[in-house]
Amino acid sequence: MTLSYEAVVAGRGFDVALTVRPGETVALMGPNGAGKSTLLSSIAGLLRPDSGRAELNGRLLFDLGRESGAGEHTWLPPHQRGTALLAQEPLLFPHLSAADNVAFGPRSAGTGKRAAADLALHWLGEVGVADLAARRPAELSGGQAQRVAVARALAADPGLLLLDEPLAALDIHSAPLLRRLFRRVLAGRQAIIVTHDVLDALMLADRVVILEDGKIAEEGPTREVLERPRSRFAAGLAGLNFVPGILEGAGVRTGQGLRVSGNDEEAGQLPAPGSPGVAVFPPSAVSVFLDDAFPDHAHGSPRNSFAVTITDLEPHGDQVRVRAGGLAADITPAASADLALAPGMAVHFVVKAAAVSVYGT
Amino acid sequence: MGRQEYTGIPGWARALAAVAAVLVVLPLLAMVLRVDWTHFVPLVTSEPALTALGLSLRTSAASTVLCIVLGVPLALVLARDSFRLQGLLRSLVLLPLVLPPVVGGIALLYTFGRQGLLGRTLDVLGLQIAFSTTAVVLAQAFVALPFLVVSLEGALRTSGFRYEAVAATLGARPGTVFRRVTLPLVLPGLASGAILSFARSLGEFGATLTFAGSLQGVTRTLPLEIYLQRETDPDAAVALSLVLVAVAVAVVALAYRRPAARAGAGEQPTTTAAPAGGNAA
Repeated sequence: MTLSYEAVVAGRGFDVALTVRPGETVALMGPNGAGKSTLLSSIAGLLRPDSGRAELNGRLLFDLGRESGAGEHTWLPPHQRGTALLAQEPLLFPHLSAADNVAFGPRSAGTGKRAAADLALHWLGEVGVADLAARRPAELSGGQAQRVAVARALAADPGLLLLDEPLAALDIHSAPLLRRLFRRVLAGRQAIIVTHDVLDALMLADRVVILEDGKIAEEGPTREVLERPRSRFAAGLAGLNFVPGILEGAGVRTGQGLRVSGNDEEAGQLPAPGSPGVAVFPPSAVSVFLDDAFPDHAHGSPRNSFAVTITDLEPHGDQVRVRAGGLAADITPAASADLALAPGMAVHFVVKAAAVSVYGT
Repeated sequence: MGRQEYTGIPGWARALAAVAAVLVVLPLLAMVLRVDWTHFVPLVTSEPALTALGLSLRTSAASTVLCIVLGVPLALVLARDSFRLQGLLRSLVLLPLVLPPVVGGIALLYTFGRQGLLGRTLDVLGLQIAFSTTAVVLAQAFVALPFLVVSLEGALRTSGFRYEAVAATLGARPGTVFRRVTLPLVLPGLASGAILSFARSLGEFGATLTFAGSLQGVTRTLPLEIYLQRETDPDAAVALSLVLVAVAVAVVALAYRRPAARAGAGEQPTTTAAPAGGNAA
């Protein structure tokens, strides 16, 4: 009961190999255009990759050789794959009632009318909208429609559930309800969920896969990826400053020659100096000063000080987020006012080495 | 619907629109004024008139069925598929819209006529199509098919194929997807296309006369009967014309009526059944 997948779509620079273990839910994250939808579509059979091979629960989904295997190509049409796709919009068939929408999958599989209707009621009950069975999609709210769509996907008894940002189109009141529902139905179910929300990844997925430019940039257990991000995208999700470079002692030297000193504790497990590594630290650990004349040596604790130019100031919770030189610092509004910060100003970002995590990538 | 909102229509456009309306309505009015009401009922219920009307309705119904059977797959392929020469095929399919029907009749004659491209083969099989009721249906389908294809292709394009993709991932084979998803979604477009095809078939004259001739009870449809009566009995011609106008008005009203609540104000953008293409007959 495993999905093994590898595919190349040359035109989109897409080259991904992925495994989803039995009962595992994988969160697929990445910037727009990274290839998340390409991945889902090719698993579902809606988009044909140039080459690759995928197998779901021992069944071959596709096997497209690299030119050599002439006549050996296998391509299972979408309706034989058992991979229900749930998109951002519910896409309920507008001419069918909620119950008939849910019964669509079982009916297509050859289940009798009455048995399919019973199944539909069961699944509508599972998602908590049994009372809406007779409604047309036009008479449902966005959240209700998405619930019915979830029931419809589950009623088709898919071997693998593909969810393409299923919460993105919902208003702030329906999203939490749906998230709870997904948490329940995805438990122990093999699924891939595309999301932009780090909360979804934490709550719903066992593992996160970060896709960047058609390639897997990073993957691992969700918590680990967020605590020790190895890609800029994952660091952004975790809200951390991210400085990639070459390992040098307990620090990282960037391509521009900037050195970031890090936490000594991490040094024990660090790969050899010269291998690629990152320095990661939270914006809350960064202080902002107008000049570099801070008596840091008096305290004896090593610090990093970066001369940067402010690009943006924006509210961030009850703090002010100062963006400069690709880094972020969170300071209090009072401090921001005291320093009279404004975009274009030259300032110093100062962060204690003890607050910087350094690790190899 | 009120006048509260700014429309931006210039005054001269309203004036010219009125002229256009007069151009269409005035001749019809002139004809109605010439109707000999005292003899109207006997004129339109004469034996040749009833025969012609019956033939017209039967052949138009048959040609509409033929248009649906062949036009739906054609529209599907034109709207959803992509292949070489697709654009050319689309243009050629629409050709009968702009072709003089007489030319269409001649073309059909050189295809199915006794001396035609397929005529000899059909002759060997004992089939003679030209100058038969079958020829009437073929001529009508030839001119009416584009109305159905244009109307349906537009509906298929606007509805997209995202619903079909979802249906397929739920396990529905292509035939099931077509029957349970595609067809219901484009039903308004199909209905208006079929109605327009029926109307165009009902009014067919040139291609029918050229390809099928004018044999009473076999190929003489109502428009042919009217043309014939015009020479001998103008009153009958006018009366029968009025019948045809009445049928056409009913058909067009049916095609353009607002899709009622039944069609469901769904999320899909297809419910507005906007039949593309010019008006019939």
